[in-house]
Amino acid sequence: MRTLEFQGKKIELDEDGYLTNLNDWTKELADTLAKEDSLDLTDAHWEVINFLRSYYQQYQIAPMIKILVKEIKKTMGADKGNTKYLYQLFPDGPAKQACRYAGLPKPTGCV
Amino acid sequence: MAEEKAPDTKHHSGADREPNEIIQEYIKFEKIKYYPVELTGDIEVPKLTPDALVMVKPQLLTSKEVLARLGYPENGLRPDWKEVFLAKMDEILKKYRSVKLFLDICVRCGACTDKCHYYLGTGDPLNMPVARQELMRRVYRRYFTVQGRLFGSKFVNGEELSEELLAMWYTYFYQCSECRRCSVFCPYGIDTAEITMAAREILNSVGLVQKYLHEIIDKAQVIGNNLGMQQNAIVNALEFVQDELIETTGVEDIRIPIDEEGADVLFVTPSADFFASPHIESLYGYAKVFHQAGISWTMSTHASEGGNFGLFIHNYEHMKKINKRIWDAARELKVKRVIGGECGHMWRVLSSYSNTMFGPFDYLDPKYPRPQHICEFTLDLIKRGALKIDKSANEEFTVTMHDSCQVARGLEMGGTEFGQFEIPRGVIKGVCDKFVDMPEHTIRERTFCCGAGQGLLGDDMLATRVKGAMPRMQAYHYVKKNNGVNFLALICAICKAQMSKMLPTYGFPMEEVGGIHQLVGRAIVLGAKEGI
Repeated sequence: MRTLEFQGKKIELDEDGYLTNLNDWTKELADTLAKEDSLDLTDAHWEVINFLRSYYQQYQIAPMIKILVKEIKKTMGADKGNTKYLYQLFPDGPAKQACRYAGLPKPTGCV
Repeated sequence: MAEEKAPDTKHHSGADREPNEIIQEYIKFEKIKYYPVELTGDIEVPKLTPDALVMVKPQLLTSKEVLARLGYPENGLRPDWKEVFLAKMDEILKKYRSVKLFLDICVRCGACTDKCHYYLGTGDPLNMPVARQELMRRVYRRYFTVQGRLFGSKFVNGEELSEELLAMWYTYFYQCSECRRCSVFCPYGIDTAEITMAAREILNSVGLVQKYLHEIIDKAQVIGNNLGMQQNAIVNALEFVQDELIETTGVEDIRIPIDEEGADVLFVTPSADFFASPHIESLYGYAKVFHQAGISWTMSTHASEGGNFGLFIHNYEHMKKINKRIWDAARELKVKRVIGGECGHMWRVLSSYSNTMFGPFDYLDPKYPRPQHICEFTLDLIKRGALKIDKSANEEFTVTMHDSCQVARGLEMGGTEFGQFEIPRGVIKGVCDKFVDMPEHTIRERTFCCGAGQGLLGDDMLATRVKGAMPRMQAYHYVKKNNGVNFLALICAICKAQMSKMLPTYGFPMEEVGGIHQLVGRAIVLGAKEGI
């Protein structure tokens, strides 16, 4: 557990760096979290993050990676619609790293 | 060894401190660096490295809400923890005579010492199964034998309860994956997993509750599956897979039925199969098998989880609650048989415990009076020629198989002796031309755990996972080097998650990991049925 001072607010993160309170999320916070990992969020990253957030709003869970891949293929072109591309964007794995920047809880279970 | 311990005041001055405050200092969670060894293909017994992994401890569950639901203390270590500890241990010793027997009969022959993957990976002497168990035996001798009670710790080589000892328990009973490899070599047949499970239950009772495992147990009970997928999310995921199947095969009527009353088969699998990669690939395989066999089947949103983490903490009540969903769904949907997908502990609980929890299953088809494993179902169809197989679809693979510990050292598969080894291999050989086994001492009943079983799959345990995966990685390296193997076939969701992380860690491509039904799915030719 740690607390991040951000724009005059105290933001609580769990041991793995996920937001404790999902309502704390803002775009600027996502940028800051990524910068901590020396990552600059580009439009490509934001495509993924925005999709994760809208899926989460509907289903209260992140989409399976295949659904994400298909969506990226649709919006960004066939050459980008694959797992490899997503791992290039999020080296720690799209399911975990992208969810963290998107302010989603960490997936649990045998994953 | 046998010295009576004075309360440790060196680091924890002030007798007025609460036990919880003291223990928090001992088991502070810190992220540590982890390094894979360079692979040679041989598994060597390491030099002793005391305290090699003493710093790796799983995170504690702190959500009061979840702790309350699971019936555990909410404020960390209880002030009266010693009494609670001993009462719980007493209860377990009376309830499970096996635990008492195992504590009594060890003769310290040492046969188990170099059999544990965590010991082989770390060299930490407390990861020798006998030494790990000794943490419990010392308490047992002090408090539960007449000599210990009358003459104290020194006389019986026992140990007084202390926060320090408790921290050792919390550390090392969460560096055992209850895989039971050591038990295979024990001349007395001591089931060390039972000791670890009992230790975890005692730790829970005093308020040291591990996060990863218990968050999942809670989700499985409240929401219905380990991932916490709500009904609409499950339906969305399964419909997506169905659409993909239709799109890729061109077969219009291939389906993934959900909650369909009157289907012949209720199919249960870990929720990871609806979500994660490579798990999901096997789901395509299952659907193709059912479709081509022409057997009506259904999945259930109520029984949306096969995995049963209740097993890992020796808590029969939790295990029973999770397992109950499957049998409630089976009755409600009026199915004739229950088949389980690729999941290690699901299979162990389904095949070894279900019947005493919820049997007899007299409402099932008398021809299938017990749950079946998807591998036995598929192999039977292959043998009868009911599936049209094109092995050339898997031409690019030379396959080997990692026996999952919970299956390999579970009860059985297919009602036949050693079915749990032969049946999955039979399926692979039925759909692939090239199959090579890893060295004999690393497979079948002597298989190594993947390194993340029984609640150790969390990111907090990454160091332990990397070290514990070493024996399997050496064996994989061996067949890769000598036989050109390039696919590691698995039948467990934990193994899949662990191996797809460990292969890249040890320098292999992640794509070399997958389920057996991933291979089946690739090879099945859909279309005209050959007749069953």
